[in-house]
Amino acid sequence: MSIIEPERYELLEGPAYRFELERRGFLQLLGAGLLVLLVPKGAAAQEPRDLPREVGAWLHVGEDGTVTVFTGKVEFGQNIRTELTQVVAEELRVPLENIRLVMGDTDLTPFDLGTFGSRTTPIMAAQLRQVAAAAREALLDLAAAEWKADRKTLVIEPGQVVHPPTSRKAGFGALTHGGKIVQAVAEDLPTTPTNQWTVAGRSIPKVNGRELVTGRHRFVSDLKREGMLHGKVLRPPAAGATLGSVDAGPAAAMPGVTVVRDGDFVGVTAPSALQAARARDAIHAEWKTTEQPKAAELFDVLKKAPARSDDTEGRLPPRHAVGSLPEALAAAHKTLARTYTVAYIAHAPMEPRAAVAEWQDGKLTVWTGTQRPFGVKSELARALHVPEDKVRVIVPDTGAGYGGKHSGECAIEAARLAKTAGRPVKLAWTREEEFAWAYFRPAGVIEVRSGVGEDGRLVAWEFHNYNSGASAIRTLYDVPNQVIEFHPARSPLRQGSYRGLAATANHFAREAHMDELAHALKLDPLELRRRNLKEPRLRAVLEAAAERFGWGRPRAEGCGYGIAGGFEKGSYVATCAEVAVERPSGQVRLRRLVAAFECGAILNPDHLKGQVEGAVIQGIGGALFEAVEFEEGRILSDRFSRYRVPRFGDVPRVEVVLLDRKDLPSAGAGETPIVGVAPAVGNAIFDATGVRLRSLPLLPGGVVKPEPEARGGG
Amino acid sequence: MARLALIVNGQPRDVDVDPDTTLLAVLRDELDLTGTKYGCGEGQCGVCTVLVDGRPVRSCLTRLAAVRGKPITTIEGLEKDGRLHPLQEAFVEANALQCGYCTPGMIVEAAAFLASARQPSEADVARAMEGHICRCGTYPRIVEAIQKAAGKRVGVYEGRSLPRSSVSSPLRGGG
Repeated sequence: MSIIEPERYELLEGPAYRFELERRGFLQLLGAGLLVLLVPKGAAAQEPRDLPREVGAWLHVGEDGTVTVFTGKVEFGQNIRTELTQVVAEELRVPLENIRLVMGDTDLTPFDLGTFGSRTTPIMAAQLRQVAAAAREALLDLAAAEWKADRKTLVIEPGQVVHPPTSRKAGFGALTHGGKIVQAVAEDLPTTPTNQWTVAGRSIPKVNGRELVTGRHRFVSDLKREGMLHGKVLRPPAAGATLGSVDAGPAAAMPGVTVVRDGDFVGVTAPSALQAARARDAIHAEWKTTEQPKAAELFDVLKKAPARSDDTEGRLPPRHAVGSLPEALAAAHKTLARTYTVAYIAHAPMEPRAAVAEWQDGKLTVWTGTQRPFGVKSELARALHVPEDKVRVIVPDTGAGYGGKHSGECAIEAARLAKTAGRPVKLAWTREEEFAWAYFRPAGVIEVRSGVGEDGRLVAWEFHNYNSGASAIRTLYDVPNQVIEFHPARSPLRQGSYRGLAATANHFAREAHMDELAHALKLDPLELRRRNLKEPRLRAVLEAAAERFGWGRPRAEGCGYGIAGGFEKGSYVATCAEVAVERPSGQVRLRRLVAAFECGAILNPDHLKGQVEGAVIQGIGGALFEAVEFEEGRILSDRFSRYRVPRFGDVPRVEVVLLDRKDLPSAGAGETPIVGVAPAVGNAIFDATGVRLRSLPLLPGGVVKPEPEARGGG
Repeated sequence: MARLALIVNGQPRDVDVDPDTTLLAVLRDELDLTGTKYGCGEGQCGVCTVLVDGRPVRSCLTRLAAVRGKPITTIEGLEKDGRLHPLQEAFVEANALQCGYCTPGMIVEAAAFLASARQPSEADVARAMEGHICRCGTYPRIVEAIQKAAGKRVGVYEGRSLPRSSVSSPLRGGG
């Protein structure tokens, strides 16, 4: 299991749930057919009557030929539902429409740590290939036994086994003859080589596209349960406030309203959302606020990093040091020291978080849009004081998360209300709650000091990130003397995972700094990178982006070009940006973004292109204008009219170049494409105006003051 | 509570609700037409968009009294006998959706736009759709899908125009 990055603060609470044995009921539910279980290498082969303890994935072939795949991963728009269907179709050789994925249901699917970290493609897809291949082999075994045929003479055609010498054929389902066959297989089966793919590697459309364009798919907030009530929660006026006196009399007196108070938690249920809102508003509460930092103090507060605290002990990457930094800096031809900052930003998924909670005979079921169904299951069990096997979390395909829906706060609130109300409760956060009470992408301060030789080769590199995180903190450039360190801090605002984690901040600081070095040396920014980079995959995307972009062409009047390259989570991206700056207003317009991306063997080219486009467009927001506004614990930017996100008019020409490395294992692609946008745009603005911007968002007001520094100056 | 007569997707639908209930809440909670979504409650994101008399409105800000007796079209009303509206097909073909939450609002808005737009440029489409947010960033594909569907002679009330008389029939009950 890979290390959990230190900046995933929202995961700090408690251990993830580990799968337990008692699933006999599940086996009954499944019906006749073949059930194939994937166990990790090393687990003893066995004749399982019960489900073994550690199971990575499972797949069921029903009597009617329907293939049901069970995975703890969840679908949030990143299209893994389609991609995973493709890999199963490829290995099992069954038509796509015969495959059903059951995702993110803690009663039915294997344990999964969570859908984050770009792990589905490299890990889950590989596991499902294995289990599908195992199912295929098991079906061949069944046919060979039944027909007393030489296994080597059997062939698989879509959905059936055929024995050409006798023309016997049977559908997959028919081969099980109504029996229940369970087979455990260890990972290690050969799977179809990428150059023989016929289903994987193709741009198959979303398998549930029809449900979405017709509005038929039920997101959590669309669900209805018999007798369901609507819930609302009373929110504090600011972070760090504690509840004092509460007068809920007027609310409790309203017809159909139940008030719940439990410690600092106060909520209501009512037959309609409108009544619940009125009831909540009728509650008089006094809150004790605590002193909270002013927004202007933010970066000073973040720099006062505590020493390794209990919070992050064991998760902090060690200080990275090679060579001898002080000597190298002293001897360098040129040194540069700069500070970069990034603001907090909000995920703002189009679906605000929601949960529907229902208690039945002591068992709690919660439907909620979370990226960690098993983690939220544990949170619920702890918060509601019930054993874990009395909790079920179900995640319908959800209206996005971008890393912001890892924790179970909404699920816990709904469950607590439902417990007292004695009926199912739907709790759908408002947009204001989603902006104010979820966690943010961390803000940060990054200090960079570098030394470079006359030949443009880096000799020294010192890089300190305060609070933002350690993802992509290390550089791929060749530098013999380095000190790189992440410093955790006490954040005034709740913070946690966001698409790309700290890779965006660290790439911004690094690639802006490289640009500053290039201009200081009067070197082309791409040329500086070439001189300091051996890593071939990063070089390849830089060259591909530059070529598509036309790097080095003369610029149009008032325009500037910028380039940035990055690596994260096993994939590589390079981004080129073109901006136009109007004078004398200084209004900046983004004209073009070119992203070249490589993640090994591509599973679905058009969906991948869509993920890169989407990440780049989302990245425009964090680069140019997104920032959480707050003051002393209160979130001021708690609605779309106060928190600007990219819209149709903000999107420039976006071009994506995909490099398909069928010779390399498939890596994830959900995050990495975002990291090059901010530095490429910042570098382009400098190129156009001579003004160096070192803070994200680059242009909260949309305008750069046109006071040109001398080009190449620092 | 008040009884109101609504016309939704060509069908008369009577509801009995608090008159302060928004049209969005009535559609979703009373009529179980959950294709129209809640996104912000302040008319800034577009996911709650429905058509009233063929014009796009933000149902999260729409009072019931204002739409009594007027033909309301939701995403559910665009399909005909199991056949997708050309915009719905175009969105699927262009892969113009990722999480799909903003998609119904986008399609409904575009349906109204295309009822009067002929061969819209990218800029025309972007301008028409400016009130809608897609956080997954599929904007370029949405523009492509709408332009493609524009080539297919799209009308909102295609084959489904309501005779004026049924719209102006007298209402029963309070309102």
